[in-house]
Amino acid sequence: MSFNLNVFLDAVFSWTFFQAALVTLALAVVSHAAAILISVPMALGLKSELAVVRGAIRVYVGVFRSIPTLLWLLFFWNALPQFSPIFRENWYTPFIAAWIALTVNEAAYQVEINRAALNSVDRSQIAAGTAFGFHPFQIFRLITLPQATRVALPPTVNEFITLLKATSLASVISLQELMTVTNQAVATTFQFQEYYAAAAVYYLVIVTTLTAFQGRIERRFDWTVERSKRPGLAAMFMARGRR
Amino acid sequence: MTVANPRISVRNIVKSFGGQTVLKGINLDADEGSVVTLIGSSGSGKSTLLRCINLLEIPDSGDITIDGEVVHFDRNKRAGGVNQAQIRRIRSSLGMVFQNFALWNHMTILENVIAAPIHVLGISREEAIERADALLKRVGIGDKHHQFPAQLSGGQQQRAAIARAMAIQPKALLLDEPTSALDPELVSEVLQVIKDLAVGGITMVLVTHEMRFAREVSSKVVFLHKGQIGEMGPPEQVLGDPQTEACRRFVRSEFGA
Repeated sequence: MSFNLNVFLDAVFSWTFFQAALVTLALAVVSHAAAILISVPMALGLKSELAVVRGAIRVYVGVFRSIPTLLWLLFFWNALPQFSPIFRENWYTPFIAAWIALTVNEAAYQVEINRAALNSVDRSQIAAGTAFGFHPFQIFRLITLPQATRVALPPTVNEFITLLKATSLASVISLQELMTVTNQAVATTFQFQEYYAAAAVYYLVIVTTLTAFQGRIERRFDWTVERSKRPGLAAMFMARGRR
Repeated sequence: MTVANPRISVRNIVKSFGGQTVLKGINLDADEGSVVTLIGSSGSGKSTLLRCINLLEIPDSGDITIDGEVVHFDRNKRAGGVNQAQIRRIRSSLGMVFQNFALWNHMTILENVIAAPIHVLGISREEAIERADALLKRVGIGDKHHQFPAQLSGGQQQRAAIARAMAIQPKALLLDEPTSALDPELVSEVLQVIKDLAVGGITMVLVTHEMRFAREVSSKVVFLHKGQIGEMGPPEQVLGDPQTEACRRFVRSEFGA
């Protein structure tokens, strides 16, 4: 059976695939964003003086890292509505269920990244902030956070790529993301190669684009290069071929 | 000299770490415009005393008065009996220079110098930059505004750190072994900057092992020994004619080196 280029190209440029790719990307972005939002206070909580807080976070990380993502997806879509009628209403779509499942799962991994990044900030940097009378919140925002971000960035991008691909698991709860539409196309046409290739192209393009931005973002956090020689946030989106 | 006003006054300061008493009741005054130098062997408590003055370490008991504002410490009270807002206000009135510079390495030199004036003192960015320009020129690195600490030599970094400390227009400058982490050839450029500031009339408390420099700039030299003041007086006396055996031995070993 030979590869039908037309079927492949039609799939790549179809509205269905494009839309599904957007769902995939959107799910990964909102899940990771929420996971980061949750995981930063959790990582800080690991330094809490209260043993209860530290213990609770460790249990959270332990539980969510142990159980497969697929199980969480099925749990939040199938089992959660049995707990409360709220989750049987119209607002509770596969997208929302997948968002929750991927967020709580991803947060557990992100906590570990954040913890390592926060610990990497030299104590003298914080002592200097304290010595000049900065409020603890200012020390966090102006000193700890930017320095920790630099360390957290590469593993966080890595996590995002893993998460982007993990969204394909949401096909089991009938979310119309890339793998779901691919499977649907394959099921009716049996043209496996063409549709799998089309899905692969979308994943490739998304991850490759992201990797290109990663390099630029990391250079922004390079504190050995003069600022004037580094790309500004705006320049990252505008200019090409600059260092 | 005009009427001597103690800018910094330390009374009966006691500080212990995990059962070991590092400071055993220190009394010390730094008059306005004077340079008080703390010397002593490692473990004598001199750095801890300096950190107590800046409240980076909270003493177990005693009083510290900065420009008339008294802070009383009592370990038996909650949070040592001190108020966090007051502590931050006092810290922001004292310029600290660390042994390892401790410039914020994700900020440019200019950003380092303007950070505390803007975020702690609430000064406008324009004014802070104007002030920073003058200070960076004064310490001899007027061309390094947009460089990062990692791009500077140790001597330049420490001069930037001194500019950062001066930018808050401190009531006193506290220097914790400011040249100990420097290569020998970079020491003199930093000492020169400190000397210029001392001549300029800023109150200083300085921890150092540079004995010749201490003799040159100090109004008062304090020899700390095992958590207590072993000897205190003008530099000619403490460094030139020490009265106690411990101080004599310390001074001889430092000058002999």
